Amino acid sequence: MGTITFVEHDGTPHQVELEDGSSLMELATNHGVPGIDGDCGGEASCGTCHVIVDDAWITTTGTRTDLESQMVEMSPECGPNSRLACQLRASPALDGLTVHLPEFQM
Amino acid sequence: MKRDRVIVVGAGHASAQLCVSLRQGGWDGEIVLVGDEPSLPYQRPPLSKTFLHGTTTLSDLLIRGPEFYEKEDVTFRHARVTGIDREAGTVALDDGDALSYDRLVLCTGARPRPLDVPGADLPGIHALRDAADIEAIRGTLRTARRAVIVGAGYIGLEAAASLRKLGIEVAVLEVADRVLQRVTAPEVSAFYDRVHREEGVDLRTGVGVAGFEGDGHVRAVRLTDGTKIPADLVVVGVGVLPNVELARDAGLAVENGIVVDEHGRTDDPRIFAAGDCANHYDARYGTRIRLECVANALEHAKAIAGAICGKQKPISALPWFWSDQYDLKLQIAGLSTGHDEVVLRGNPADGRSFACFYLADGRLIAADCVNRPKEFMFSKRAITQELSPDRALLADPDTPLISLLQTPARSAP
Repeated sequence: MGTITFVEHDGTPHQVELEDGSSLMELATNHGVPGIDGDCGGEASCGTCHVIVDDAWITTTGTRTDLESQMVEMSPECGPNSRLACQLRASPALDGLTVHLPEFQM
Repeated sequence: MKRDRVIVVGAGHASAQLCVSLRQGGWDGEIVLVGDEPSLPYQRPPLSKTFLHGTTTLSDLLIRGPEFYEKEDVTFRHARVTGIDREAGTVALDDGDALSYDRLVLCTGARPRPLDVPGADLPGIHALRDAADIEAIRGTLRTARRAVIVGAGYIGLEAAASLRKLGIEVAVLEVADRVLQRVTAPEVSAFYDRVHREEGVDLRTGVGVAGFEGDGHVRAVRLTDGTKIPADLVVVGVGVLPNVELARDAGLAVENGIVVDEHGRTDDPRIFAAGDCANHYDARYGTRIRLECVANALEHAKAIAGAICGKQKPISALPWFWSDQYDLKLQIAGLSTGHDEVVLRGNPADGRSFACFYLADGRLIAADCVNRPKEFMFSKRAITQELSPDRALLADPDTPLISLLQTPARSAP
């Protein structure tokens, strides 16, 4: 049903098959994408699945929630398109999505 | 050609992370995960919440799906390890098999501390540690009317919140004179005390359990002050004991957990220990510590994978914890042991959002943050940077925390 691309900080892309209903954090960790930890299992508690949504896609994914803002805004790598991957649900609408990973998770 | 083999004993958070980190670190030998529960490693924190409520299944909680283990060539064995032969380099399984190892990682976890009082083995009295415990509790929820929780630590309080949410009457008993006494400041204890009472919990501190009564099923809890509370469900959360027996019987050093160095290595260079069962030397705190939390298990696993793959990466991450109760999201950064001062941001006596910062000699060493993710993320950075923030600014809600950091982070527009 499509793919999502995670781009590591050094530019290495990882294409992952999109599974409807999974979070982007689960997709990344289940496919061994380095740079996304998801230590808390998807409760928006740890802030270790910070991703930066590609400009072309931010209107489709939507911007971050207030909770996500509080978690990611202390990161020096936080930008306007920063999100927590555990709060992004995969759906057919996200086929072709690209997200970028920060150099460090907090 | 025979491939080298890592055997991981136990299948929890540390074990799953080991599989990830060993492969990412370049280990191309065999990985065998031996677990005494039938499931692949699963997330434990949601057990007392969504899993208890029946809104998630065990397969939803798997830390990595089965396809991950297949892809990464990890073999899962459902068995219990009964002994280690260090000379032969083998472990014995309860199904009669023996497996040879080149590296062995003990992730044996911890088990609930039993309550040594009359009637403690009556049906209806449960621990809260693994999926089977919760499944047993779930089976009683349709008929349970009145639950008694023994112990007001994080596990007990989370269980209380979960059961209240299901409309069950809940009493919580704590032998200490305040909830969370072992881990938080009195201000934070008072906050949790108030919230649980506001949510309808019958909270009793400074009282112990003398025994349980029932006829084939628990019916009442007898307290040390002579009172009796009716109960048809009891959850005991009075701490855990590290599972050190395998290590001890193999002659490895054991002292409040399996003794390991900053790389997770025991006194046998081929054997490591990770997670709740391991007592590691921590350079940040300059002492040995044994922690019971997910973040610690993951950090141990990463350090051990580094040592096995020849990419040394000593245990160094700041410990952190979280606990969800009702509408409260508590995030804790660092260990507050040894603090000599507390600074509050927000008011714990009112409402449901504040942060409690712990200082030692003026330096920030830990923070309890209730519905304050920003304060939590700030604290993680500030503690790591060993900052001594100005107390007045730390307490001032109008001072942006980001301005107190050494290298101020760029704030979003």
